[in-house]
Amino acid sequence: MNATDTLVEVLRSEGVRVLATLARTIGDLAVAEDALSEATITALDAWPKTGIPDNPRAWLAVVARRKALDLLRRESARAAKETAAFRWGTGAAPDQIEEGVIEAMEPETSLRDDMLRLIFTCCHPALGREAQVALSLRTLARLEVPAIARAFLVPEPTMAKRLVRARSKIATARIPYAIPADPELPGRLASVLAVVYLIATEAHAPTGADAVALIDLEAEAIRLARLLAGLMPDEPEALSLLALLLLTSARTAARTDADGNPVTLAAQDRTRWNRAAIAEGSARLSEAVTRSGGVAGPYQLQAHLAAAHSTAPSWQETDWGRIIGLYDLLGSITANPVVALNRAVAVAEHHGPAAGLAALKTIVGLEYSHLWHAATADNLRRLGRASEAAGELQTAVTLAPSEPERRLLLDRLRALRPELG
Amino acid sequence: MTQYVALLYYDKNQYWDSPPEAEFAPDYTEFARRATEAGVMRGGEALHPVTMSTTITVSGGKGGDVLLVDGPYAEAKEVLGGYFLLEAANLDEAVAWAAQNPGAWRGKIELRPIAPIHP
Repeated sequence: MNATDTLVEVLRSEGVRVLATLARTIGDLAVAEDALSEATITALDAWPKTGIPDNPRAWLAVVARRKALDLLRRESARAAKETAAFRWGTGAAPDQIEEGVIEAMEPETSLRDDMLRLIFTCCHPALGREAQVALSLRTLARLEVPAIARAFLVPEPTMAKRLVRARSKIATARIPYAIPADPELPGRLASVLAVVYLIATEAHAPTGADAVALIDLEAEAIRLARLLAGLMPDEPEALSLLALLLLTSARTAARTDADGNPVTLAAQDRTRWNRAAIAEGSARLSEAVTRSGGVAGPYQLQAHLAAAHSTAPSWQETDWGRIIGLYDLLGSITANPVVALNRAVAVAEHHGPAAGLAALKTIVGLEYSHLWHAATADNLRRLGRASEAAGELQTAVTLAPSEPERRLLLDRLRALRPELG
Repeated sequence: MTQYVALLYYDKNQYWDSPPEAEFAPDYTEFARRATEAGVMRGGEALHPVTMSTTITVSGGKGGDVLLVDGPYAEAKEVLGGYFLLEAANLDEAVAWAAQNPGAWRGKIELRPIAPIHP
């Protein structure tokens, strides 16, 4: 990491903590965000000259608080009545908030609560999924708006508007800056984890033409998952999500070839897998297993599946029996045709192509998925039914969502030609 | 005497908060003054735009899971059947109350914050 990277990293990781406390003490997330942005600009100007302060969080907290008070005073001069109505705080008018009242440095326990308040507010179910994702990347991960817009292939003004509307709804509809009460916690936590999972899966989706300019959404998802697991060490599903993302990310480099074409799991060069990520993912998974007391949630099951693949010496030597069992458990808690499809692939490996084909035939809802037709084609080919396999591959080619995937399927179709005679 | 609820529908591009609509504001005030003086108007508020609303439903009957959706409820086969005014500290409290109303499991309830625009 060079000096600039270190500086940006400190600003991001400490910035979100400063923001979490500032939002509570001044009672307005939007103002806190603006104040932190201004403090960040000040730091970017000052730190390269003075060096990073010994306590960067305290430095940022003091500057951001001063900026926030300036903003509130300006705002209250303009529309005192309106701002008072939109506060979630203690009801103190902005001009009554004295600088001395706010602690620059919060004790660790209250900082943890503030971070949880910020996270649960950004992922509140009254906000749409797109807004939750945008807020998580901007407010929690401290990414810049243009980078987030590029990552999701939307114009920058669209992403900026999405964030403005989300913050406006938090203030106007009075979404509370609070940690959910115990009865609501499991559902609310699931919503937070779903946002992080979505960011990670977006990272696997086919990317646009300017892939160079894209931020590493997979790394950002891991960063958020790490934050959640650190804040909620007793929540097995938060640990499991971190384990799953680490184990999956270990295969990222091997997932595409030198020309950027996708490489299937069966064909991947396993020496290119990231062993450190696999080791860390496996360690987090065992912690999750201990914490869960034998009741595996959906992320834990997916992490077990990722671990079963990541620790197998080869595709052939994979423990398919265990994988089928894990998919059965996953299918019993989430009825999802994609889970059934992956299970059918494992069945074909474990019990042969006839059993695989039978399992694929029972799946409803993937008629328009290229993956279902490609898997069906593979089993038909192995059963010697080449012309039927070619038909399924043709269908898969038409349904393929991206050019690289289309090319991969066309290659398979070409490879079938000798067998077609 | 019968009480009526008057529900005001607009094209979302002609909502009261859009700048060109401001010229009609005095007409609303005038209507409110006259109707109140006549004892006809018993209350009324402007609402924030639909983008600020949250629609809730309780699945599986009384006491079931409370589901939230960002945005208004816009389904042609169901019609507006009434309204009630809630005063709560925040959205979570308002949701908790609204989820106890049978409308939340017999249909859907849209929660829209009231805009404090009255003088």
